[in-house]
Amino acid sequence: MSTQPRSDADAIVVTGIGATTPVGGDVASTWDGLLAGRSGVRSLTEEWASELPVQFAARVAVDPADVLDRVEARKLDRTQQLALVAAREAWADAGTPEVDPERLGVSIATGIGGALTLLGQWDIYRESGPRRVSPHTIPMLMPNGPAAVVGLEFSARAGVHTPVSACASGAEAVAQGLAMIRGGRADMVVVGGTEACIHPLPLAAFAAMRALSKRNDDPPAASRPWDTERDGFVFGEGAAVLVIETAEHAKARGAKIYGEVAGAGITADGHHIAQPDPEGKGATRAMRAALADADAAPSDVVHINAHGTSTPQGDVAEALAIRTALGDAAADVAVTSTKSMTGHLLGAAGAVESLACVMALHDQLVPPTINLHTLDPEVQLDIVSGQARKLADDRFPGAVALNNSFGFGGHNVALAFRSYP
Amino acid sequence: MADQQEILGGLAEIVNEVAGVPVDSVQLDKAFTDDLDIDSLSMVEVVVAAEEKFGVKIPDDDVKDLRTVGDAVTYIAQAGA
Repeated sequence: MSTQPRSDADAIVVTGIGATTPVGGDVASTWDGLLAGRSGVRSLTEEWASELPVQFAARVAVDPADVLDRVEARKLDRTQQLALVAAREAWADAGTPEVDPERLGVSIATGIGGALTLLGQWDIYRESGPRRVSPHTIPMLMPNGPAAVVGLEFSARAGVHTPVSACASGAEAVAQGLAMIRGGRADMVVVGGTEACIHPLPLAAFAAMRALSKRNDDPPAASRPWDTERDGFVFGEGAAVLVIETAEHAKARGAKIYGEVAGAGITADGHHIAQPDPEGKGATRAMRAALADADAAPSDVVHINAHGTSTPQGDVAEALAIRTALGDAAADVAVTSTKSMTGHLLGAAGAVESLACVMALHDQLVPPTINLHTLDPEVQLDIVSGQARKLADDRFPGAVALNNSFGFGGHNVALAFRSYP
Repeated sequence: MADQQEILGGLAEIVNEVAGVPVDSVQLDKAFTDDLDIDSLSMVEVVVAAEEKFGVKIPDDDVKDLRTVGDAVTYIAQAGA
């Protein structure tokens, strides 16, 4: 280890986790599915899909309507429904904490917001006129809606936030929660991300950018990060939520600890609205900043859950950024992309993958990247493919995992997690 | 013209759909806000659905006077349902 462990007063740890993803309706089924290499990508059976260039997506494995009360669900956009399902699981997992509401914060991101509500109510307007537009439309479509609903659920009054940075949003929400506790604004923060906009318009729009895979004949094989045959990302939906607090606070209330949220690095490319910087300079700076913030060295890093969306340009730019940020130490890092199974959950991706990083350190197991048959020669990293890999005992304790998330607009967020103790 | 019992039954179905209140609990003496826990946004839904169901107009200015289910039933009956 390069540094002394942090004191319990300074270490911010994860004490509760919740998720609803294309791979599973909760954390246990999601994590089992990821370790087993199960794809959550399926053909879209709706009639509207037939005219789209992309006819598949990664829907959540368990519909929130099957979990939530009907009356509760009808006033919530699907992003809010998914966030609430994940948040309730995380809160229960954290032991249903008794915490002063004025010391409890929320930071739940979304990339797109309540697009299904916006588009659905526009349909109603055009079919039936303005008077039939639901009075719940605005609270459902506003991007801060999921954070607000989760805040109401737990009476969080320290501040409720919604970072929006496209596909980096979920990771930025975790960073925001970290900042709230470090800055003394909260003792505990419910952090995460949610996304739900599988609908012909967003699908057509991402397809118009030529960002999506068009492997209509074999959807489960479509998300294939770093494979030479990759042709774009797979549109997904879902949510993940983590409860974070200082180790001191966690121990005082007898909570179990999954791992430490050790640091965050946030940068911007200043390069292009939708193209990654080909050298990944902003991503490199984000990873270095996350490690510095975590008081960690490149040699502490055992695992990276990469952004790895399966796009031709992005995957190699990130690989270059990882090699640059970590130098020689990059060779000893088990890199994976769980997006090969979940698809790309946009504003929820960073949250789901934060959860995967925490679990990977906790269980010392890295999920595989599936569909990787021929590694792109430009990647030059140790990608975990085929099956899950055990992380060697000699790297623990003090092992660090990074999660990378990058978003349209040139947003880069790297998060550093550390095994605890 | 629908009688009061028919209007009450129809309103109860709407309130059940919008707010999940059991149909049997929607009685003439119940206040929408205090007894049935219907907030201002859900009340808009109830009003619009009632207009459609009973073929009446309930202007926004009149909605504030509809404190109880009985107020609404009387209003709808007089408005020509």
